[in-house]
Parts: sequence; structure tokens; C-alpha cells
Amino acid sequence: MSAATCDVAVLGAGIVGAACARALAMAGLRVAIVERATIGGGATAAGMGHVVVMDDSDAQFALTRRSQQLWNELAPQLPDAVEYVQTGTLWIAVDDEELTAARAKYAYYTSRGIVAEMLDADGVARIEPNLRPGLAGGLRVPGESVIYPPCAALWLVNQALERNATLHRAEAKRFDRTTIELSDGSALIAGAIVHATGIGATRFMPSLPIRPRIGHLVITDRYPGFARHQIVELGYIKSAHGADKESVAFNLQPRKTGQMLLGSSRQYDVTDGTVQPHMVTRMVARAFEYMPALAALSVIRTWTGFRAATPDSLPLIGPMPGWPGHFVATGHEGLGITTSLGTAELIVAHVTGQRSSLDLNAYLPTRFAEVAHG
Amino acid sequence: MDKRIALTVNDEQVNAPEHCTVAAVLLASPGVATRVSVTGEPRGPLCGMGVCFECRVTIDGEAHQRSCQISTSDGIVVATRGNDSYPREHEQYLSEEIVNKAYDVLVIGAGPAGIATAVTAAQAGQRVAVLSDDPHIGGQIWRHDHAKPLGRFAADWRDRLSRSSAEWIASASVFASPKPGVLLAETPTGPMRIRADQIVLACGARERFVPFPGWTLPGVFGAGGLQALVKAGMPIAGQRVIVAGTGPLLLAVADYLRSRGANVRLIAEQTSRGKLARFAGGLLLREPAKIAEAAGFAWRLRGIPFRPNCWPTSADGEGHLQSVTLTDGSRRWTEPCDALACGFGLVANTELPCLLGCAIEHGFVRVDADQRTSVPNVFAIGELAGIGGLDKALLEGEIAGHVVAGRHDLAAALQRRRAKARGFVDRLADTFALRDDLRQLPDAKTIVCRCEDVTFEQLRTQPDIRTAKLHTRIGMGPCQGRICGSAAEFLFGWDAGSVRSPIFPVAMKSLAGGE
Repeated sequence: MSAATCDVAVLGAGIVGAACARALAMAGLRVAIVERATIGGGATAAGMGHVVVMDDSDAQFALTRRSQQLWNELAPQLPDAVEYVQTGTLWIAVDDEELTAARAKYAYYTSRGIVAEMLDADGVARIEPNLRPGLAGGLRVPGESVIYPPCAALWLVNQALERNATLHRAEAKRFDRTTIELSDGSALIAGAIVHATGIGATRFMPSLPIRPRIGHLVITDRYPGFARHQIVELGYIKSAHGADKESVAFNLQPRKTGQMLLGSSRQYDVTDGTVQPHMVTRMVARAFEYMPALAALSVIRTWTGFRAATPDSLPLIGPMPGWPGHFVATGHEGLGITTSLGTAELIVAHVTGQRSSLDLNAYLPTRFAEVAHG
Repeated sequence: MDKRIALTVNDEQVNAPEHCTVAAVLLASPGVATRVSVTGEPRGPLCGMGVCFECRVTIDGEAHQRSCQISTSDGIVVATRGNDSYPREHEQYLSEEIVNKAYDVLVIGAGPAGIATAVTAAQAGQRVAVLSDDPHIGGQIWRHDHAKPLGRFAADWRDRLSRSSAEWIASASVFASPKPGVLLAETPTGPMRIRADQIVLACGARERFVPFPGWTLPGVFGAGGLQALVKAGMPIAGQRVIVAGTGPLLLAVADYLRSRGANVRLIAEQTSRGKLARFAGGLLLREPAKIAEAAGFAWRLRGIPFRPNCWPTSADGEGHLQSVTLTDGSRRWTEPCDALACGFGLVANTELPCLLGCAIEHGFVRVDADQRTSVPNVFAIGELAGIGGLDKALLEGEIAGHVVAGRHDLAAALQRRRAKARGFVDRLADTFALRDDLRQLPDAKTIVCRCEDVTFEQLRTQPDIRTAKLHTRIGMGPCQGRICGSAAEFLFGWDAGSVRSPIFPVAMKSLAGGE
């Protein structure tokens, strides 16, 4: 059996694996990337590509904020195909309760140095005239952006390859400590192994607390200027973190192409990725409550994807107990596009001992007892 | 004299005959562009049958309308620039009441095959509906002609359909199937949910296009595409036309265009003289009726050079087509012309059968002797089950009509004749198989995906269709890969990608009734 050697093997070339491979290669390590299928072709291809700061917890805020800074630093280098555009985010409040939530978010963001702006009903209507009249107001976060994830992952991989990383078109079959037996019959001997295979990581590490959470998306033909911001209802937070078996929330993204990308839905316990008409119906009906003019736009495609969801909505990043030399970088749920770059910074710190501006302990898989004692 | 109507095109008043399509009216100015592509190229209609989405214009403030599928009406306002608007009123969205329908037999497609099934099943007492994306009955081969009545044979079938109890549902696009036996369609009056005990698919075929430099210029059409546009009212008299590509369709198109006053300069058939001779010999032995048809063409097309072993290598012009360069494999020459009608064979419209889960083999729906697909209670007939022309389509339509009505005895009598028609399918495919030289036509900058302007250069290093889609956007536009998919299959050997609902672009409001 032929065996190549490397300092680090990164399993999976979704956006998280791609970012880790690039960061590790830039840190001077010899990286081997293992991906059988299309680069950025799994959950990455199904995602919206909203680079957004979130504040459910201080740890989530720190990771999303650091990651967004890294994306904005990269922006001038990104090729056109990545479709980076700074749209800003507009959080929509329909009533006083949601307006209170918007104010709390505003206070949290501005006290931590993020530029944000409270808008009243007129202010919201002025910047997004296709929203229905009579909304309570909203919160605008102008520094946020949108990218096209599959090409972002491809660019990150290419950056790693330019720094002498290698790409292995196979999948890992078996591990013997840090030797990987690949599906093409070859083997890789690695100093360290990073599992960035999303839901797939549970195949080898069943104790990881991740569940697939399916989502649907709908994309239209090109209508440049129909919406300018990524527009998200504040009810999204309830949808994203509620325990409901099924939920939908209005989330509209204007793509650089002029297309409108509409989300979102969340369901646990669905294993078949077929588009479910009843979920599309619910999502679309929800969107019309905010933007009735969407009804006339021509839809050209719908699809689904599986998010890797953890019980506390934080990813699992760090060494894996019982697996010496193995690290995990998974469980990013709906935020993987944003948090890929911060995750990569954490993985470099774990693998090399380099310092990170992020708290290495906040995302360790060992915060879950079943992993720590698994 | 036809009644004339007035419409506005790019802020100018235009008079046009009634019953034309908007695309045909726009094409009264030769080489006109209907839209600007995503990289800024002018584009004009290509397929003439609602598939390619190149003829999209803004009609009455609504962008992305296929002008080849919409008839002119008094007072409509058409814009070919800034194709991005939408109705801006802020009315609260009112859920459109979905119309529910139920039938014993639903036939999708109103060409000869679909008509034959509908007539046969309705006569046997079944509750039948026949539905089509088109505003008129007839499909492609019996397409409605604004200037000329249907031939007697076709008119007979059409009259049998209108006298039957079968219901006709026009301008309806099936876009989803939420469960077996249930289809959702978008119609001009709103969404429709149709339940049917048995579904007969007669979705027909579209043309295959092979990309070559300049094929995206306005003035380059499909062969059947130009014929369809002329039938819809596009003036062609006096225009210099070159007909190119492959298959018997080229002769039918040239014959039709000449009958409408076109100056057809050349018919360029890519297949070899030897293959054509063997094909003709086969016809003499087995299909005397087809020989008579061919002789009729030969008589009417006299004086027009017919060149086998000849194909276009580039189309040139400033903003619209002005000349075509052709080759016979050794020599190249350039012919000035106003229109190029080029089709490289037919591709079955397998999107709906795929959505319903029907097994596909070599690009066609797999059927048994009863026209049953692999999915219970779903049948496929006509070009979907193999490109074989009119006789086979009618036979298969009648067989399916008898089978859905439980009259297997009547079906059995036709099945022997069908076996002979299938032999013709294989001989057609063999005779008009595309030569390898055509794979060398695109240069690096030749656009393969016309919706997203993806070039040959971007595609040739891609490993498979899924990677190509995600990394280059090929097939991600409104035609959903209907044009570039078969081109990429020919150029790169890629399988068709997956099929998901909506299998046709639909207004978002049509998705609101999806359960």
C-alpha cells in the first residue's frame, strides 16, 4: 500500500474543512485534504452564505464576530465567483415585543463595537420599499455581507493548494491512530487529523452530539434591487433555537446576481433530502406576510440541505477524547459559512499551540458529558 | 384581412396582426435582441417553443416573460431592456384559490401522441383531460399556424379531440407532484391541483443544440425553432436562410420556410452521404409511405443545394447574424445570411417523467409494450419513448388510450405495428448520430450555458455536472439546463443532473398551494 505523509490531514472540503486547510497551510504545515465529492458540495452548497454576527451567547458572538472580521479582511482578495457583497442585515420587528428584542440586540452589538442602527416603521420602509407597510421597525447592521459558499470553499482550497497542500479524491475508510486508510486504496500518515465532515463525523465518532436539521431554500430569477439587505424576521431567533419539530422564518437574501434567495425552514428527524412541498408552502406563505411583492417573482429552483446541529447551538472544535492526534471541527448548524474562518483559527491554535484571540475552551467537544466520557 | 392590434414596444406604438406571439412581433425587425445576457450580449429567441428562455421580455411591468408563449393583445406594453421589474403595488398578498380537478386519465402534452390517447380513452368512456404548456393544441409537428389552416389529417385528429368528451387545459405548466397521482400546474388563471388515476406523459422533445462560435447571436435559431416562430407570425419572406444540423426535420423546415417566401440558400446536413444512402435504401424496403414524403420534399426543395457532410463552424455579425461559415471537413467558406436555422437532433423532455420517478434509459423513458413506465399508473408515449416521428407517436398514443381504458385486446392489435415503428427509431438514431468533429466546434470563449454565460473554457476542466453547476453556474438559470444540459452531455459526456420541483420556473405564489 502506498502511503503519503503530511503534518495534518483535513477530512472534508466543505467550507469549514477548506478554511482549516488554508489556515494550516498558511501556518507552514504540510496539509493533505481528503474529499471524495465536489468541493463545497455538501451542507456548504445548500447554505445561504450570510456572513452574520449572532448573539445567542457570548461564545457565539465572539466566534461569529471574529469570523466576520476575517471575511472582511479577505474581501479584497476574493475572486468575483465568490460574489462577496456587503448587503448589511436588516432585522425586522412586527410588533412591540419584537421591537424590544431589536433594542436589546442593538444594545448588545453597539456596546461591543458593532455599528448598528435602530429604525422606526418609516425607516424600514425607506430602505426596503418592498416590505409591507405597518411593520413596527427594525435593526440595521450595515457591516454584514453575503458570499456564494461553494466558490468560497473552492477558493480556500486553492489557497491551500498554492501553499503545497495536496488534495486526495477519496474518503477515509479506517484509522490506525493517525494513519488513514482511504477509499482509493492509498494511505495517509498524518501528524494530526482534523474531522471537518459535518454530520459525517458521527460515522466514526458516534458520541458527538450532532443531529441533522434539514432546511429548505427557494431562489428566484434576477430582480436586481428588489431587496438590498439580507432581511431577517426577529422571529427567526425563536425558529432557529426553539425545540419545535418544524419551524419556518422569513429570511431573504439579495444575491450579487440580482437573484432573491429565500429561507428558512428547520426540521429535526428528517433523513430524506427531498424537497417537501408543505414546507415550501409554509416558508413562502411566511415570506408573503413580510413582502407580498415576492408573490410575483419567478422561482427557478428549490433545494434542501442538512445542518449539523448541536444542543447548545455552538460548534464542536478541538481535540477528541479517546482519539489521540484527532481534532473535530463540526456542528456549525446554520452558521458554518460565517464561522469557518474563526474555526480555522481555533484549529490552528489547537494543532500548533499558536495563540488565538478566541477562547479555545468555549467550543471544546468535551463540554458534553457523552463526549468527555465516551 | 386579419384584424390588427396595437401594442407598445420599448415606448413605441407597434401594429401587429392578431394571434401572433409577442416574440414573432418583435422579430419583425430582423435580428432584434429580446434581452441582454448576464455578460451584456444581445440575445434573441432560439427555440421558439418556450424552452430556452432567451425570448424573455418585460410585459406589462412583469419581467422574465417568455414572449414566444404569449399571444399579442391590444394595449400590452413590452420592454426588451431592463428586464428586472415586477408589479410594485403593496397589496396584501391574497392567497389565490387553488382550482382542484380530478380525472380518470390526465394526458400531459397535446401533440399527436397526446391527442391520440385523449381521443381513444375518451371514446372508451374515460373522464380525460389533456393539458399543455402551449396556448394551442398540436404540439410541435401540428403546431398552430397563424397564417395557414392545419393539414387535413391533423385537422381530423384535432376535430376528433374537440368532439370528444376530453377536456382541454391550455397554457398550463406542470411544475410539481406532491404525491403520486397528484400534479400541480401553473395556469394563466392561477394554480391548479390535478388528481388523476392514470397519467399519460406525452411531453415530446426539444432540439439539441451544439455550441459553436457565434451561436448566441440574435438571428441564430433552432430549426424547429425558426419554423415555430414563423408559424407564430414572424415574417420570413425574402430573408436569406441557411438550414443546418441533422435529421429529416431539416427538410421539413426548409420546405415550410420556402413556402412562406424565405430564400433558403442551403441545407447543410452533418451526416455522411453514405449513411444517408443506406437510410434511403432502408426506407425503400420498409417504408414506402416515407419515400413518398421524401420525394415530395425533393420536388418542392428543388434548386436549394442540399449538402451532406456539411456543418456550420461559426456564425458572425455585429450584434446580429450576418453570415455563417461552413465546412465539409476539408474546405471552409462563408455564406451571407439573415437567419440560421440549426438543430442537431431531438432530446426528449424527460423532466416530468424524472420528477415522477420513471426509469430513464439512454435519454428516453423506459416503457413496456403497453407504454407503461416503471411507475405504476404512469405511461409515456411519443418522442419521450424514442424519437420516431408522427406514425409512431399516433400508434403509441392509441395503444396507451386503449390500455388506460382496459381495452387490451384493441391495444394488442396495434402493438405489432408499433414494433415496426420502433425499427425506424433505431435507424434514425444511427443515421443522424452526431459526428465527433462537432465536439471540436467551440473555442475557449464559446458560451455553452446561455442563461448564465458559462464558457467552454470554464467547463472543460470540470469533472462532472454537479461540480460544474456549483462552481461555474452552468444550468442554474431559468431554462434549468434544458439547452446547455444536452450540449454538455454531447461535449463532455456528463449525465443530466438531478430534477427537482419546480421543473419549470413558476411565480412564487404558485408554490403557496403545494400540499
